[in-house]
Amino acid sequence: MKKNKPLIEIKNLHVSVDDGIKILNGINLTINYGEVHVIMGPNGSGKSTLANVLSGRPGYNVDDGEILFKGENIISLDPEIRARNGMFLAFQYPMELPGVRTWQFLKSSVDAIRLHNELPELKIKEFDKLLEEKKDIVEMNSELLKRSVNEGFSGGEKKRNEILQLSLLNPTFAMLDETDSGLDIDALQIVAKGVKSFHNNTNSVMLVTHYQRILNHLNPDYIHVLIDGQIVKSGNKSLSLELESKGYEWIRESISKES
Amino acid sequence: MNTNLPEQYTQDYKYLNNQIEKIQPKWLNEIRNKAFSNLSKIGFPTQRKGNEKWKYTNISKLAKSSFSFESEESPYIPNKNFITNDSDWTNLIFLNGKLLNNISNFQKADNNITISKFTDALKNPKTSQLIKTHLSKYSQVESDGFTSLNTAFINDGILINIHQDTHITKPIHISFISHSNETPTVSYPRILIIANKNSSSNIIESYIGDSKIDSFTNSVSEIVLDDSAKISHYRLLNESDNTYHIESSRVTLKRNSNFESNSFSRSSKLGRYDLKVNIEGENAYCNLSGLYLTSGNQHIDNFINIDHIKPKGTSRLNYKGILTEKSRAVFGGTVWVREGAIHTDSIQSDKNLLLSEEAEVDSKPALFIYADDVQCAHGATAGNIDAETIFYMRSRGIDLETASKLLINGFANEIINNVDIPELKQQLEKLFLESLPKYKLDF
Ligand SMILES: Nc1ncnc2c1ncn2[C@@H]1O[C@H](COP(=O)(O)OP(=O)(O)OP(=O)(O)O)[C@@H](O)[C@H]1O
Ligand SMILES: [Mg+2]
Repeated sequence: MKKNKPLIEIKNLHVSVDDGIKILNGINLTINYGEVHVIMGPNGSGKSTLANVLSGRPGYNVDDGEILFKGENIISLDPEIRARNGMFLAFQYPMELPGVRTWQFLKSSVDAIRLHNELPELKIKEFDKLLEEKKDIVEMNSELLKRSVNEGFSGGEKKRNEILQLSLLNPTFAMLDETDSGLDIDALQIVAKGVKSFHNNTNSVMLVTHYQRILNHLNPDYIHVLIDGQIVKSGNKSLSLELESKGYEWIRESISKES
Repeated sequence: MNTNLPEQYTQDYKYLNNQIEKIQPKWLNEIRNKAFSNLSKIGFPTQRKGNEKWKYTNISKLAKSSFSFESEESPYIPNKNFITNDSDWTNLIFLNGKLLNNISNFQKADNNITISKFTDALKNPKTSQLIKTHLSKYSQVESDGFTSLNTAFINDGILINIHQDTHITKPIHISFISHSNETPTVSYPRILIIANKNSSSNIIESYIGDSKIDSFTNSVSEIVLDDSAKISHYRLLNESDNTYHIESSRVTLKRNSNFESNSFSRSSKLGRYDLKVNIEGENAYCNLSGLYLTSGNQHIDNFINIDHIKPKGTSRLNYKGILTEKSRAVFGGTVWVREGAIHTDSIQSDKNLLLSEEAEVDSKPALFIYADDVQCAHGATAGNIDAETIFYMRSRGIDLETASKLLINGFANEIINNVDIPELKQQLEKLFLESLPKYKLDF
């Protein structure tokens, strides 16, 4: 059992973009194995930036702080190395890959991660079997697998495709950036089911969301409120209910009173 | 008017005239003489200012250079790699414009198709009449110096006549090998293809070569599709990087005919493909797709025009370019929808992937509509591989190089996948996917 051991530790993380604008201003956050953390906060507060920086997206400068993943500082690692070490980001806006068949893309990902773990590439039949099994979890139409990645997919289909990748790659740390936005009620349940079937004591989830809805399906351990690049409040599930009814203004007010 | 035409052309023209004047029919001599005097009058299109057709392609070096014409067969034996071995294809192999009888392979078994050198075809009253009816009737001799030059030297052309109701599935492959040995050499490939009513065929034109010094290929083809005829046409440009390649192709579509064109350009110092399709019958269809992959200092210019003259025509134009190193590409072309060409449906697109900061593309598709009730769209794009897209793939564990390769292959495959001939497709995959020069990765 790894429970209660830290999987990722973010210490005093300061991030800016190239024109010098500061976006994250000292984030401290530790996520242990087996936990589900939820990041909420107003638009533009830095939620996606946090997820992007953790996954190694180019274009951000880490000005200060550390990111320890499984005990190792990963700040200088390329995104593909982080992914192979067990990080995963479900994108807020998944990209379209024109001309790249979904099947090919998924197999390349699975093989890259297997090779890193000193496992042989999957044979086509083995991969097809794995894919068949995983695509049923997210109720993905097989026709979509023949198309170019995300090209002509509906918003909901793109999000399901993210969860399909989550199930296939089976990372240790899954960041889900608004995977619940833009889903109809049925799709939301399917996505929640996908996340639930993935999650166990050997991995962790960081979920960025604006809505209470998906939290009813998952059982979050912590809710964090991110405002202006800082975690200004953390609490348990009841905090999300409070936010849903009161919005963010009361938190801003209570911060300015304190300072 | 002084057109500064290199003296060599005049010398070679006089020499050829002496040889063939007495053999060729009078009407053909007239066509040639007229073409040569037209060339002397208009010269090559070196003036680019105000000349939309040549705005982005500078041919002044080519125009000044002297190339000589080989009127005799060259003793050179072409590189084996150039020759397709598929014995059930019809293979016509030309070296510097001369048909190599010993290594060519005519599928004689088929009586429903005539494949013949002009020199032979002109001896037969029926085929001679066919050539007379069509030759130089579609190509633009008067306005185009290069077409004039080719026309002045018509002698070793090839006639392909696909008879009515004939369906030929095995490809007819015409290879033009250009090879300069000690002196810069010019060749004048000339093709006339007549697809009679309700026929279908697959035709491949390959331009290949290994010249270590300058050479010049000046090609003209005329293709006529009669009612309900179908041609799948493939063109491959893979000459040496010392070769200037200027090619013009004129296609005429009659009622219900169907022309599929797939053009693949991989090399040459300066490669220009001027394709024009005239839709002269109702309900005709053309699908023109192209892929160009440029590297080094190559310059590839595709000038693709479609003229909708009759109603209910459908045209698709889809060209894609991958540019690396210091290479340049030009895409020009206009779709006209003439008055009366109602219910025309046309889409025109040129997309470019610029894999180096030093590569450059000028893409200027244009659309002129003079008819009502039509559906037309056109567009052009140019850009590097999208960094966000690359990041998406890397975040799934795929390394930068594999990610770029998947995307570039995906881009090219859209065109390569149109090819229905497996052997050709394989060859194209090798040429276009496996041989990508090292590109700069700066994400
Ligand atoms: N690469 C970048 N360059 C410049 N500004 C950026 C960049 N990435 C993010 N920002 C800016 O940083 C701020 C935070 O953006 P971010 O996407 O992290 O917000 P968010 O909390 O995810 O918002 P939302 O709820 O709308 O998704 C915004 O003002 C955004 O415009
Ligand atoms: Mg966001």
